[in-house]
Amino acid sequence: MAATTLATAEGKRPSARLRRLEDERWLALVLLTPTAVLLGLFIAYPFVEGVLLSLSSARVGDPGQFVGLKNFYKIWNDSIFHTTVWNTFWYTGVTTVFKLALGLWLALLLNRHFRGKAIIRAFILLPFIIPTVLSTFAWKWMFDPTFSVINWTLFQLGLITTRINWLGDPDLAMTSIIVINIWRGVPFFAITLLAGLQTISPELHEAAAIDGARPWARFWHVTWPLLMPVTLVVVLFSVIQTFADFQLVYVMTGGGPANATHLFATYAYQLGIGTGLLSEGAAISLAMFPFLFIIVVAQLLYIRRVETR
Amino acid sequence: MAEVSIRKLNKMFDVTHVVKDVDLEIRDKEFVVLVGPSGCGKTTTLRMVAGLEAITSGQILIDDAVVNEVPPMDRDIAMVFQNYALYPHMSVAGNMAFGLKMRKFAKPEIETRIKRAAAILGIENLLERKPRQLSGGQRQRVALGRAIVRDPKVFLFDEPLSNLDAKLRVQMRVELKKLHERLGTTAIYVTHDQVEAMTLGDRVVVMKDGWVQQVGEPLELYNTPANRFVAGFIGSPAMNFIEATLAESGGAVVAEAPGLRLTLPGPQAARARAKAGRSVTLGIRPEDVHVATASDSPDLCFDSTVEVVEQLGSEILLDTRVGPATVVASVDPTMRIRSNDKLRLSLKPERLHLFDAETEVAI
Repeated sequence: MAATTLATAEGKRPSARLRRLEDERWLALVLLTPTAVLLGLFIAYPFVEGVLLSLSSARVGDPGQFVGLKNFYKIWNDSIFHTTVWNTFWYTGVTTVFKLALGLWLALLLNRHFRGKAIIRAFILLPFIIPTVLSTFAWKWMFDPTFSVINWTLFQLGLITTRINWLGDPDLAMTSIIVINIWRGVPFFAITLLAGLQTISPELHEAAAIDGARPWARFWHVTWPLLMPVTLVVVLFSVIQTFADFQLVYVMTGGGPANATHLFATYAYQLGIGTGLLSEGAAISLAMFPFLFIIVVAQLLYIRRVETR
Repeated sequence: MAEVSIRKLNKMFDVTHVVKDVDLEIRDKEFVVLVGPSGCGKTTTLRMVAGLEAITSGQILIDDAVVNEVPPMDRDIAMVFQNYALYPHMSVAGNMAFGLKMRKFAKPEIETRIKRAAAILGIENLLERKPRQLSGGQRQRVALGRAIVRDPKVFLFDEPLSNLDAKLRVQMRVELKKLHERLGTTAIYVTHDQVEAMTLGDRVVVMKDGWVQQVGEPLELYNTPANRFVAGFIGSPAMNFIEATLAESGGAVVAEAPGLRLTLPGPQAARARAKAGRSVTLGIRPEDVHVATASDSPDLCFDSTVEVVEQLGSEILLDTRVGPATVVASVDPTMRIRSNDKLRLSLKPERLHLFDAETEVAI
């Protein structure tokens, strides 16, 4: 109002367009438009396109036509897809448990006072900082059937007599990529949980110690419940990322041997881009959506409950 | 119910020596207050008694048993922290029950104790609340409750009232005093507030720079401070200090300062005679300075100029200038005095303190 009065006093009326912005409804619309456009263009549009694609018979060089749920019916009966679903859950579940356990352990250690604390904390982050594709190539070298440094070490220690074919055996290949994912993911857990730990007042531990709680009881009754909200958020992020992981498996095994290590993303890529069956690839990608949706909603509800209690 | 002995206690943080040769015998049921400015080592001393801080050298005994290496949970002490340190995820009842659960008390016993403590503190209706739903004063009560239910040998208080507003602080101070009289548990209380120290303590320990300056009952500290620091720290408004020189003149001992010439009264003169010719600090509390009347000996009178008049209702505080020094006097509230008035002041001879200017020790 004051601005309007002033402008009138000077004999210059603000233009009608500018005056309209003083209405909050218009201002909100103007401010929200860029975000809405970006979200629409880069998230909503591709998603809708993906849905349409999965309902068509499109393949490379052929726009195809609407075929309804035929693609979904097809993957429902696809044994590789069954393996993929099982793999993704197994991969996500096992890595998350290990990442949480190891990350928490590291965070608790790093939360103590010792010389060179800052440097160690920085080093811990290294696996997280290095581009996944590069570090995975390094791991690939370590798991290489011929040049594996792991095999060499085990051989030198006298633990094995023949080479282990890490990436050639279905179970070992799965274990290998799980190990790498844990290696890569632990720093994120450790650093985030460490940040959470640092918000817990040391006085609470002192009070608990005086109250008679031994170290384990202090962790279980004070640290763990107070860290729970942070833990849940970290687990949520990690589950989403791991569930949709692509780079690691693509570089290490490409989904092999014999499709034993396919995840949703790699199988969708192989079918959609590799084979050119765009519509089927899209259907597999979309199949990930309901699973993730349920996991995320469940976790968000739980987080809300923890935070308001 | 316990005695606490602190013997030649020292604490070093790397190269910083924060607690120096502290000796203290705390009797059963006694309420001892450690007081001093920040950084004087009072909290560190308390934390060493609690077992939260390692002891560099010396001994701490609770009931004749050395506890130097005993972890906090096995010392049977309870502590009230400055920021209360309530467990934010537990209810009030949960906070109070925690220490008992950890010590494997039976459930009915825990409930009885919580009820009793809650009744004493008037927090029965808060038991189901979470700490964040409580006001500062209520949190303080819960923190006290958590200590009370344990029925420990010793209570430790680390500036428990410093986060409360002035009015609540006075109220809680009275309640703490009542509580101690009722429970009779040995208590060590740390504060930087000398009023709290004076009102709560059976005995008060004044500390500075890690050293114990004086240990005594509140009035003992007030009336016969061991040195200039204690004299200035205890009492509000603070004691006046005037730098002076001692001289013998015709058998009497005279303290001379610019604008001031006082003939020392008998007892002080006897003690100060040996220091004739030396510099001393005169100390006199504001309430022991008054406007001179005909009955006052001229030996103890001096002239001053009023600079500021502070009307407090129950008294008037006069900031007066005597030579280069400022002397605060507490006078009758009915007196009509304005700034720049010239006043002749006098003092109570038996209340005059003398401190060695170099060592600051009382003469």
